[in-house]
Amino acid sequence: MRARCDARNRGERVSVPAIGGRARQWRRWTASLREPGTTLGLFLVVSLLLGGLLAPWLPIDDPTAINLPARLLSPSMTHPLGTDHLGRDTFSRVVHGGRMTLLAAITTLALSMIIALTVGIVSGYHGGWPDTALMGIVDLLLAFPSLILALAVAGALGPGLLNVLLAAGAVWWVGHARIIRAVTMGARQMEYVMSARVAGAGNLRIILRHIAPNIIGPIVVIASLDVGWIILGIAGLNFLGLGAQPPTPEWGAMLNDARPHLQTAPRLLLIPGAAIFLAVLGFNLLGDGLRDLLDPRTMHRPEQVIRPEQVINRLREPEAAIAEGSTAIRAEPGRG
Amino acid sequence: MGAYLVRRLATLPLLLLGISAASFTLLNLAPGDPAEIVLRQRNPAQLPSQAEVEAMRTELGLGAPLPVQYTRWVAGALAGDLGKSYVTERPVVAQLARRTVPTALLTAAALALALLVAVPTGILSARRQGSPADAVARLAALVGAAAPSYALAYGLIILFAVKLSWLPALGYGSAEQVILPAIALSLAPMAQLMRLIRASMLETLGQDYVRTARAKGLSEETVAMGHALRNALLPVIGAMGVHLGYLLSGAVIVETIFTWPGLGQLVVGAALTRDYPVVQGFVTYIAVVVLLVNLAADVALRVADPRLRFGREER
Repeated sequence: MRARCDARNRGERVSVPAIGGRARQWRRWTASLREPGTTLGLFLVVSLLLGGLLAPWLPIDDPTAINLPARLLSPSMTHPLGTDHLGRDTFSRVVHGGRMTLLAAITTLALSMIIALTVGIVSGYHGGWPDTALMGIVDLLLAFPSLILALAVAGALGPGLLNVLLAAGAVWWVGHARIIRAVTMGARQMEYVMSARVAGAGNLRIILRHIAPNIIGPIVVIASLDVGWIILGIAGLNFLGLGAQPPTPEWGAMLNDARPHLQTAPRLLLIPGAAIFLAVLGFNLLGDGLRDLLDPRTMHRPEQVIRPEQVINRLREPEAAIAEGSTAIRAEPGRG
Repeated sequence: MGAYLVRRLATLPLLLLGISAASFTLLNLAPGDPAEIVLRQRNPAQLPSQAEVEAMRTELGLGAPLPVQYTRWVAGALAGDLGKSYVTERPVVAQLARRTVPTALLTAAALALALLVAVPTGILSARRQGSPADAVARLAALVGAAAPSYALAYGLIILFAVKLSWLPALGYGSAEQVILPAIALSLAPMAQLMRLIRASMLETLGQDYVRTARAKGLSEETVAMGHALRNALLPVIGAMGVHLGYLLSGAVIVETIFTWPGLGQLVVGAALTRDYPVVQGFVTYIAVVVLLVNLAADVALRVADPRLRFGREER
């Protein structure tokens, strides 16, 4: 008896890590970084947000005011980070650059999310040939390095910050569409969606009321993990001279501007570089923290238990999709 | 395996057609008349006359409808002709060929460096999960992932070339000149690979067969390095295509900074001057390379992992 108990206990102890172990390990590897890391991330992001929002009203110099006699000054009380080759205050340019960076990142994020949501929901909710076609495009784009694609788009449109944002938004949605599609497909099979349909709800209502809430969690996680990458990518394109043109205070463009002064004033390169690094680090840390809170995998765990009804729904799906085809096309968002 | 390979190879031309058609359309629908852009590039001093623009349009074959232009381009590409640069008027193929070796050298060096650091660090980090070494490695990966290659490149130049004068900052030709660009380029993939290897190793160490190996009384060293490692490295093979993409993206920036005469420098110049044939040729070329590497990675994965091989062939 005792031995069997032990064996069972041992058995349980052995089987638990196999299922729950990864989650526990995951938690453990984030736990040590979570508290200080997320706090640091929050601090960096909040300072960036505050600086960016308040930049025009802060008691700092005009970021574009040229003052040639005061050029390439070392840091001092009046110019905490010195001045650049045209005598502009570097600190002010960094703060205003943060505003520019935030604006650019948010625009790109919004643009790519709109595309990703449209593609993902149409694909996941409708299925059939639109799904096949859209996912074909997604696979095609996923196989291709996004920065190079953005470079080609920006090259086609010609230099300019808006063009860079369009280019980044146009290539950034690809991976997200996949995730949103998967979540939509999962939500579609829930009983409450079936009952809503039985109750006579239209497709648009089902998508907005019953499917959208499922997508919000993953989107928040994706978005927060993404901002850092977007900032890196956009600053990179700006650095290459494809985006923001002088005298716009933008970190990537500032780096590009300072290239001739590598030997004489390396500070001018290091400061915008550090600004980009800290902004990206901040968003990455915050994103990691948010993911722990809102991880789609943990959120959806109860739903992963497959119930008999779900199996039946899955089996029924092909016919259901055909039967609903006519109405589905009518109510699809982003079409026609 | 044979059938799988044939199927994959058969989809390659379709993918290439898709990518090249997309970029062709995009470049040709973009605002601005290429003929005018060409004339402005060649002679920035004066505005081209209407007659000159018309002559150039005929010369470039821009009069034909877009599908006809694209068909011509594809026919040329199949014959190994990607057109001529608007700016230098030299064949695009020759330019791409000349710049392939430097980029291949740089990306190979960076990839080797990334793997050399990421594999041992990732393994160590996973085996000593929660130890100070693990914490340091994870912090380094976090920092590495956030560091922009362009800022890092300048940091390296300032430190090693300007302040210490240990290494040359710019140029191409000697072995010493590869070091700084390769480091700058390798950091981001290094950080990602390290996280990938760590996560994969942790997952593998939690598997049943690893527990069996431990239960047999094998030493932890044999279990980790002999049993777990082989499986833990499989995702790395699978991710090779993606990482090549990152490396090529990074190379665009790093080459520009270090005046490295590779493909990246070529395409940045072309994008800035709106030299469409070069951009189009480059996109197509990169698509071929990335698709082939992805295919090679998938095949290698199936060779290395019998589960995938048999799983697919049963169907």
